[in-house]
Amino acid sequence: MLLEVKNLSKHFAGLAALHRISLQIREGEILAIVGPNGAGKSVLFNLINGMLRPTSGQIHFLGEDIAGLKPHLIAHKGIARTFQTTALFDQLRVMDNLAIGYRLRNTHGFWSTIFHSRDWKEDRARTTANVMETLDFIGLAEKAFHPVSSLSQAEQKRLSIGVALISQPKIILLDEPTGGLILEDTDEITDLIKKIYKVAEITICLIEHKMRMVMDLAHRIIVLNFGSMIAEGSPEEISKNPEVIEAYLGAEYLA
Amino acid sequence: MALFLQQVFNGIMLGSTYAIVALGLTLVFGILHIPNFAHGHLYMLGAYIGFFLMTLYGFGFWTALIASMIILALVGMLVERIVYRPLQNRPVINSFISAVGALMILETGVIVLWGPQGRRIPNPYPGIVDLLGITMTWQRLLVILVAIVLIILLQIFIKKTTVGTTIEAVAQNREGAMLVGINVNWVFSLTFAISTATAAAAACLVAPIFMISPTMGALLGMKAFVIVILGGLGSIPGAILGGYILGLLEAIGGGYLSAAYKDVYAFGALILILSIRPTGLFGREVS
Amino acid sequence: MPAIRFLLKKWFYVLLLVLAMALPFLITNRYYFQIVIMGCLFSITTLSLNLILGYTGQASLAHAGFFGIGSYGVALMTKSGISFWLALPLSALFAALIGFLIGLPTLRTRGSYFAIATLCFGVIVSIVAGSWIEFTGGYTGLVGVPHPTPLPLPLIGVIGFETQTAQYYLVLAFLLLTLLVMHRLVYSHLGLSFMAIRNNEALAEAVGVNTFAGKILSFVVANFFAGLAGGIYASLVGSISPSTASIDLTFSWLVYLLLGGAATLAGPIIGAFVIPVIMEYLQFLQEYRLIIFGALLIAVIIYFPRGLMGGFSTLQQRVREFYGQRRGVKHAVRS
Repeated sequence: MLLEVKNLSKHFAGLAALHRISLQIREGEILAIVGPNGAGKSVLFNLINGMLRPTSGQIHFLGEDIAGLKPHLIAHKGIARTFQTTALFDQLRVMDNLAIGYRLRNTHGFWSTIFHSRDWKEDRARTTANVMETLDFIGLAEKAFHPVSSLSQAEQKRLSIGVALISQPKIILLDEPTGGLILEDTDEITDLIKKIYKVAEITICLIEHKMRMVMDLAHRIIVLNFGSMIAEGSPEEISKNPEVIEAYLGAEYLA
Repeated sequence: MALFLQQVFNGIMLGSTYAIVALGLTLVFGILHIPNFAHGHLYMLGAYIGFFLMTLYGFGFWTALIASMIILALVGMLVERIVYRPLQNRPVINSFISAVGALMILETGVIVLWGPQGRRIPNPYPGIVDLLGITMTWQRLLVILVAIVLIILLQIFIKKTTVGTTIEAVAQNREGAMLVGINVNWVFSLTFAISTATAAAAACLVAPIFMISPTMGALLGMKAFVIVILGGLGSIPGAILGGYILGLLEAIGGGYLSAAYKDVYAFGALILILSIRPTGLFGREVS
Repeated sequence: MPAIRFLLKKWFYVLLLVLAMALPFLITNRYYFQIVIMGCLFSITTLSLNLILGYTGQASLAHAGFFGIGSYGVALMTKSGISFWLALPLSALFAALIGFLIGLPTLRTRGSYFAIATLCFGVIVSIVAGSWIEFTGGYTGLVGVPHPTPLPLPLIGVIGFETQTAQYYLVLAFLLLTLLVMHRLVYSHLGLSFMAIRNNEALAEAVGVNTFAGKILSFVVANFFAGLAGGIYASLVGSISPSTASIDLTFSWLVYLLLGGAATLAGPIIGAFVIPVIMEYLQFLQEYRLIIFGALLIAVIIYFPRGLMGGFSTLQQRVREFYGQRRGVKHAVRS
């Protein structure tokens, strides 16, 4: 078991965004977290990767308690993520973004940089190699030198997945990786995720709204609503779960 | 004991000035999210305009004060329009730089027009009251009284009037306010106008007590920022409380410890508080 | 052809260097020579301001304060007999240390608070310099700061620094040192981290960059060089006062930086030379200097945030994009 969350709660001035959530992410699986808007899905990711501090509860990664650690430390431990808003370094170029993503695998520091020590040169060679490899993997090799602003929405989503991927994490959290994309592009991303799973053997946890994609990809699904977990199981089980149907479509559909 | 009470009185007077200036700043900084570095310099301009009107055109004290408030309100709106509004959607560091430019123009402009030396404004209310062994000049009492009136008026305005609630709405959710049809740009202008007008009032009140000089605003502006950060961005009670605390701290510290370093106290307090609570005394966590 | 462009670029810099070395033989006017020397010195301060502000995106307005710390440090030490060559690194390190102490509480918080705190600190340095009379000579400052101690060099013999020419080469040497350090820092993963912090601090943090450490490092290095320049200034000019740490200086460097081009290496140098020279020609406008600077600052930040060099680098970028496929990703991190 890779990541475990126990009785995790997050309150914002009286509003419970997440209420006593307990779940596990198992190694080698693709887990999908779904739920209506405002269910607390992104909040969960923000808690896991350290951008928010839990009001109460625990988060364990590989047996270690990581709740409340600063995000960069959590990234070092092997948890990578993407953002709903496609966060990228838009003042820089495509390959710079990837190079920054790889940064945590570098060991050199300030003095090595000033003196161009062997450490520094080795790190630079490794970075270049990894950047090229990831560029090919996500299919953006021709756009290496381009500024991020010149990429299309779909390409930007691919790049942000690449930035998460290049740090060689143990688990990737994808927050709506196909948000706002048309069907064609959605399929492209789905294929990319499948490729990641097969080639890189990374555990994947994704938040998504597109149920068809989720049913296709996920091994297991967790459903959140109003900050609580209302269902957990295989895609088959979830699609028949009455509470899930009520949450999405309303009680009238339960008949 | 008498000395102590004297310092307390001075501290309250000083604090009144700080409170008004910090109030104006917290409105702009907390509500519009604009760090108006030029605030202190606008305060200084208010004093000079008052001086100018009184000495050149023979305005009476109160007339000059009101006229200065009106003129500064207009200048404030101009500054907002030219210096800050074009940078609304850019990283905040750009606004700092722009503010620095504005403050350079204001300070040097005043030096060019009126010279670098300090000027004296004739005191409209000379005369002293002796109470409890404290020497209070009428002018200083006036500062305290008018400050309290202004603060109360402002509180009523923000909390009880429609315009005031509109300003608060824009502060809480700019996009939401736009969606319900509030003209956000107009709110920005108005908030700035209030901010600079109150600063002008404070400046004119204090001017007869101390000399006015082109650099009088710089330190005050910085202290206002310290007060606003410590009291919490956008918090009016925080600004008022912080202003009075700083005023007392400086008066008492200046009287008993070292007068030369009294300006350093504010800064020392800032560093100390930020070390313990990075969000300021009453600030909230930004996620 | 890319190869030709590469060679041309290298030759261009070599030519510049030769010109810089030969300058004392080309300029005969003492006054103009002094302007050049000051230009070099202020290039160092503007380059270092560029590191924290242009590359890392943190608005430090205390730069002249650290310049002042460096100059008072060298002035006090050399006046009591310590060699310039010991006093200078010590003062610069001291400035860096103070920067570290100030940075610890203030870089942990919002950018606005950092800007305000550094603005305050810069002013506090002036106040302390003026008030600590026993130590700093008060508002009249210190005079009689000796020139740099003569330096024995192998082969050449002992060099004194009483002449303008010697002083120029001293400043030039330090400018080149600063340039080298900045170049290595900027064109590296560390430099990318700085720019990541500037671009999107939350994302940088999430991707594994220790943003707090990065900001502190950038701030400390920047202040080291500011202190270094201050120390050299004290020794060359011979007298200093609280106005050496004046906030006006910070504002001037800000103008040089913004006009010349933030986040480039040539920009600060161009700004630090061109603008003072222009102001020299416009002597009659001296009174209005700061008004013009202020207006320029506002205009540039709104309409040309990348300054002169910024516009040039955008052009370079487009050209490079065109050639991109040929050069390959091999030169990835070396921009």
